[in-house]
Amino acid sequence: MHELSIVASLFEIMEEKAQEKGSKRIIYVKLQVGKLSGVVPEFLISAFDMYKKDTIAHDAELEIEDVPLTIQCKTCKKTMILDDFVFICVDCGSRDLKTLTGKELFLEKMELEL
Amino acid sequence: MKMRLKIIADGAKNMYNLCLGFTKTMKRKEILVLEDLLGSNKKIASEIRDKLTHKGILTINFMSSPGSGKTALLERIAEHLKPKYKMAVIEGDIETERDAERIRAKGILAWQIITGGACHLEAKMIGKLFPEIPPDLDFLFIENVGNLVCPASYDLGENIRCVLLSVPEGDDKPKKYPKAFTTSDCLILTKSDLLSLMPFDSERAQKEALEINPKLNIFVTSSLKDNGVKELIAFFIATRQKLLSQNA
Repeated sequence: MHELSIVASLFEIMEEKAQEKGSKRIIYVKLQVGKLSGVVPEFLISAFDMYKKDTIAHDAELEIEDVPLTIQCKTCKKTMILDDFVFICVDCGSRDLKTLTGKELFLEKMELEL
Repeated sequence: MKMRLKIIADGAKNMYNLCLGFTKTMKRKEILVLEDLLGSNKKIASEIRDKLTHKGILTINFMSSPGSGKTALLERIAEHLKPKYKMAVIEGDIETERDAERIRAKGILAWQIITGGACHLEAKMIGKLFPEIPPDLDFLFIENVGNLVCPASYDLGENIRCVLLSVPEGDDKPKKYPKAFTTSDCLILTKSDLLSLMPFDSERAQKEALEINPKLNIFVTSSLKDNGVKELIAFFIATRQKLLSQNA
């Protein structure tokens, strides 16, 4: 349950960006959470709702985009989505893979009141 | 009655005007941020790694469930390394100084970070201790808070990350806790002295761990019987040698 620590870092970034733009209210926040990020989106939402009270995002809406785990096989060059965590190319069986997406834990965008 | 209706009507009118004014003055702006939520931790970790590496200190982060034998392994490592090398240990726990005391009893410098509830260590906690770390150390071990999930998300500035898996925990853990295994450099199977007593399929555990992360270096150890610890230490020493030659 480190989602609360993650949300604390999120609010640091959110407040800093809102301040830069001179905004005192954040309306909407969108995150990208990869399958390999080690974060559970449901817990992130609960932590966000708990943390947002008495902040500039007290009534902000949170959207989370789940980013799948995609890899490219370095041997046959094919790109594929891995549903489980077996890092083996489904096509040629190679283990020499490059992770393309799935590690994300990003604040993608926000909507501010100006 | 009329009076009351008028008040209600006035109230509604005022509310309407207020809303009208609000929508007229409120401007919304969407901004693209694209910032890593763990970015500040990564930055601090990378600074720590640079500084320690520059001093010739190899830093190793031990992650595992509670009770899988991190401290016992560190006690054994201390016995082996102490005659030739200088090591220190940072202990992370939710409560108590017990682990640091166990390490100190081996004549090794140890700090205890008490997180007071937090389930993992973060780079800034290591950063706070930084001024106290002797520059002539050879090895700095960090024993993370016992937890197979959360510590995996936090880079502490280590050169080598090890995940420990003890025989009593079961051979199915690599698949169940993939993040700890995908982000590690070494898998250390501990309590191998219990293999003959428990239904733990060592081959399955190793095979599944390698499916998740083919780059894992695997060591089978027993701190109790002192098995496999020498091989693990040889790996740490060789990695430090590489680091020294890169520094030179």
